[in-house]
Amino acid sequence: MTAVETGPSRSSGRWIGTSVPRREDYKLLTGQGTFVENMTVPGMVYLALVRSPYAHARIVNVDTARAAGAEGVVAVFSGADLEGDFAAGLPCAWPVTEDIRLPTHRPLATDKARYAGDGVAVVIAESRAAAKDAAELVQVEYEPLAAVVDVEAAAADGAPRVHDEFDSNVSYVWKLEAGEVDQAFAGAAVTVKERYYHPRLIPSAMEPRGVLAQPGPTGELTLYSSTQIPHILRVTLSMVLGMPEAKLRVVAPDVGGGFGSKVEVYAEEALALALAKRLGRPVKWTEERSEGFLATIHGRDVVQEMELAATADGVVTAVRAKVTAAMGAYLQLITPGIPLLGAWIYGGCYDVKAYSFEATGVFTNATPTDAYRGAGRPEATYAIERAMDALARKLDLDPVELRRRNFIKEFPATIASGLTIDSGDYDASLDKALELLDYGAARKEQQERRERGDVKQLGIGFSTYNEMCGLAPSRILGAIRYVAGGWDAATVRCLPTGTVQVLAGTSPHGQGHATTFAQIVADELGLDVNDVEVLHGDTAVTPLGMDTYGSRSLAVGGIAIHNATQKVVDKARTIAGHQLEASVDDLEYADGRFSVKGSPDRGMTVKEAAFAAWTAHDLPDDLEPGLEATAVYDPPNFSWPGGAHVAVVEVDTQSGDARLVRYIAVDDVGAVVNPAIVDGQVHGGIAQGVAAALYEEAVYDEEGNLLTGSLLNYLVPTAAELPAFELARTETASPTNALGVKGVGETGTIASGAAVANAVVDALSALGVTDIQIPATPERVWRALEEARLKEARS
Amino acid sequence: MIPARFEYDVAESPRHAVELLGAVEDAKLLAGGHSLIPLLRLRFARPTLVVDIGRLEELSYVRDAGDAIAIGALTRHADVVAAPLLQEHCPIVSTTAGLIGDPQVRHRGTIGGSLAHGDPASDLPAVMLALGAELTILGPEGERTVGIDDFFRGVFETAVGADELLTEIRVPKLGQRGWSYLKFTRRAQDWATVGVAAVVRRDNGAVADARIGLTNMGATPLRAQAAEQALVGQPAASAAAMGAALVADGASPPSDTHGSAEFRAHLARVLARRALEEAIGR
Repeated sequence: MTAVETGPSRSSGRWIGTSVPRREDYKLLTGQGTFVENMTVPGMVYLALVRSPYAHARIVNVDTARAAGAEGVVAVFSGADLEGDFAAGLPCAWPVTEDIRLPTHRPLATDKARYAGDGVAVVIAESRAAAKDAAELVQVEYEPLAAVVDVEAAAADGAPRVHDEFDSNVSYVWKLEAGEVDQAFAGAAVTVKERYYHPRLIPSAMEPRGVLAQPGPTGELTLYSSTQIPHILRVTLSMVLGMPEAKLRVVAPDVGGGFGSKVEVYAEEALALALAKRLGRPVKWTEERSEGFLATIHGRDVVQEMELAATADGVVTAVRAKVTAAMGAYLQLITPGIPLLGAWIYGGCYDVKAYSFEATGVFTNATPTDAYRGAGRPEATYAIERAMDALARKLDLDPVELRRRNFIKEFPATIASGLTIDSGDYDASLDKALELLDYGAARKEQQERRERGDVKQLGIGFSTYNEMCGLAPSRILGAIRYVAGGWDAATVRCLPTGTVQVLAGTSPHGQGHATTFAQIVADELGLDVNDVEVLHGDTAVTPLGMDTYGSRSLAVGGIAIHNATQKVVDKARTIAGHQLEASVDDLEYADGRFSVKGSPDRGMTVKEAAFAAWTAHDLPDDLEPGLEATAVYDPPNFSWPGGAHVAVVEVDTQSGDARLVRYIAVDDVGAVVNPAIVDGQVHGGIAQGVAAALYEEAVYDEEGNLLTGSLLNYLVPTAAELPAFELARTETASPTNALGVKGVGETGTIASGAAVANAVVDALSALGVTDIQIPATPERVWRALEEARLKEARS
Repeated sequence: MIPARFEYDVAESPRHAVELLGAVEDAKLLAGGHSLIPLLRLRFARPTLVVDIGRLEELSYVRDAGDAIAIGALTRHADVVAAPLLQEHCPIVSTTAGLIGDPQVRHRGTIGGSLAHGDPASDLPAVMLALGAELTILGPEGERTVGIDDFFRGVFETAVGADELLTEIRVPKLGQRGWSYLKFTRRAQDWATVGVAAVVRRDNGAVADARIGLTNMGATPLRAQAAEQALVGQPAASAAAMGAALVADGASPPSDTHGSAEFRAHLARVLARRALEEAIGR
């Protein structure tokens, strides 16, 4: 690993930078985790939803009588029955334009079902089986309507309208333009214009969603939910329910993955709360896997038109990107904003002077889309990296050489779209990747296979990427019409006997917060990592936070923890100075101990200061007892990881089977707190990008039925399909935060899809193939080869 | 996730199983459960009674039966994989059983369940067709024997009646015959997009006899008879290409998210060529 640069005030110590084993794993691996589904409370009843089998249908009548009379049933309600239980619809927190078409999204549909899976009625029963049986007895009379699932067809005039109150399915058009784009294209020596479709993806977290709503005696409600966003849920659900926010407590217990799909305010959460309130009993709902395919948000589903203008030498002068993004049937929490999260980076890590981006959000009769790992940035990276390869082919340039000619080299770098990249060294990552790959040998083998006409051809694909994460500076969020801030908070509390509680405002679902955060605090307070407990995910326990998504927990929440810890150290210093009868300026601090300059024997540890602060027998005048501090941190900038990924694929030119045989990822994620956790994030991230490139795709038929509604035909790849990834890092510490860290949770997914797609095209390029639709299924590869053969036969 | 209500009974013997099946309408046998339980959980199957035959140890065996190997219907795939008699005399069966699902599936799923379910996407039916296996079925009137060519009757429908139980599968010892089973999957443990089983007898450098079974190329597991007939008498060196070209003739493969009918036909030809080359060369 190459340390290219280190930040000014980066912590170094016993724990930071070491692979402390995840402290979460013992309980999870021994089955002692607490997921919502494990929770049972007295008097609990079970909720089941009746969902529309039609993608688009008028709800003529809902007859609940038979279901209500069934054994074990407590109550049955239609959407109309519950309308008065809600003060507002489910929220969309990112109305990206002033004139956005923002439909009402009721927890249960009342007039029309707008996608297959839209809830139309609920059954509450004494057992889950009784609820499920009775749900089959609810008789819903539908009048099926023409549905539209294709995003471009939905945007066209005359398409069936998803929302009757709007005269078009177009929700919004959002634009960003900088520099003389038209002029650059007009004067360009070379241009490429490519069209890509990023398929619809289903996040498929290992733990399905689950909700338990528990009413209290005086109007309190507690919601346990498998969510990434307990804090945001409290704000939004109190508005949906029309109840005092202070009466609502939200708890995210152990959460088994989310990938963005649990950054959401779901109907089932609002329904469970409303029903708990109405019935006075705890209400539990656990998502079935097949239900999750329909009713948990999907991702991507974006058509992209990508244009590059370049000089004859391959210097890219302008980028023009136009995307049409499927919103699905409703605008969920940040659905319209997803394309915006990529809007600034369609120029990738290249020094582009003129830049144009336009996004059109379109309603379709499909499950709503929203944030899925990378959210907007995998799409952007896919477009620019595939287009760079297209440009390389046009110029007959090595794709590596083309990238090098265009890399941004000076940092911080303000890019044409207007944001400033904090740090980076894209050449360093690429150098390292080429070295690990042995680029010369790989190209040689490819050439030999081509010359022999082997059935299995080799392809090498690159994706040199950057991304903006660590969401986000609040002022920027405000400027782009997101309704909340992007700061986070933490409390560091030193207990009297010397151990420490960290109360974090972020809320993990597999990231290892309890380990990483403890490492930071243990180093800064000179403690054993096991002396630091990290609490999170409970609005009754932690300070107000903004939760976990957008690779922000360390880059934002971790800095709040660092800052709170520094406040604790400062207060401990005051106590130490007082008790040691020395000026604080004369104290040195190392490994958790203050000592008087020149007389190292005279000292006091933070632990001792904590006890002194608790007894409060002898504190300086005006100093409050107790040793704890809260910090709220609003990042001044995004964090900008980057790097070079290389995929090597083997493609069977007879069967069309494309297999990933090597994958090299060299990432610059700034300073690293826990290398094993970072590697784990990169591994999982790569797997999800590879999945999009080779395996996963949500497919609907023309009526809007989801054809890939199970793990049998929605192909989440397994370890057997993936090679052992070869990981390395380069490091340019982020200068914008004290730890020098950047986000890492999404980098793998952002980079890998394009690398794999480029590799498949590279494998087949000698046979005349210039493009492949992802996922590059065997059939698509076969058809691309057939088409190329026909084309060659004709010419 | 939660099946509809059903009754459950445990069979104490094969005869008892047949009695239980005959007592009610819509009873279903439960062996390894890998076909039935997912159908129950999705409520696609709603039997009134589930008869559990999983404890009938007497139906789990692999025995030498002269020219054939007899396999008890309740023999788990993992035991089929490990059976020395099959490895020696009929390795296409033990090898194919090792390609089914994943280790957990292979330790629960049974050979009889796999055949009696009649799923055209399962691997063993095509192999049994290529082998010309014989099956023993126990019913209220006693035992009867059915050839594999008469076994698969329709969509998930076999010669095993509603009140009957498949008890034994007999596969011929291969002797000098060459064999191959190739399946194409996107992911390791998936059902085959397409599979091709070939058993070939050579004589004097030419193909004397060939049987080809196809996986997931129609509503039932089926044989590629046009290809089989064309192969007879062909020189071993060129037979594979000729047989492969005809392998999808007469098949009506499904179109689904794993591949269109057209692609499946193509894939069958690619796999048949490879399988025949392997079988002829083995």
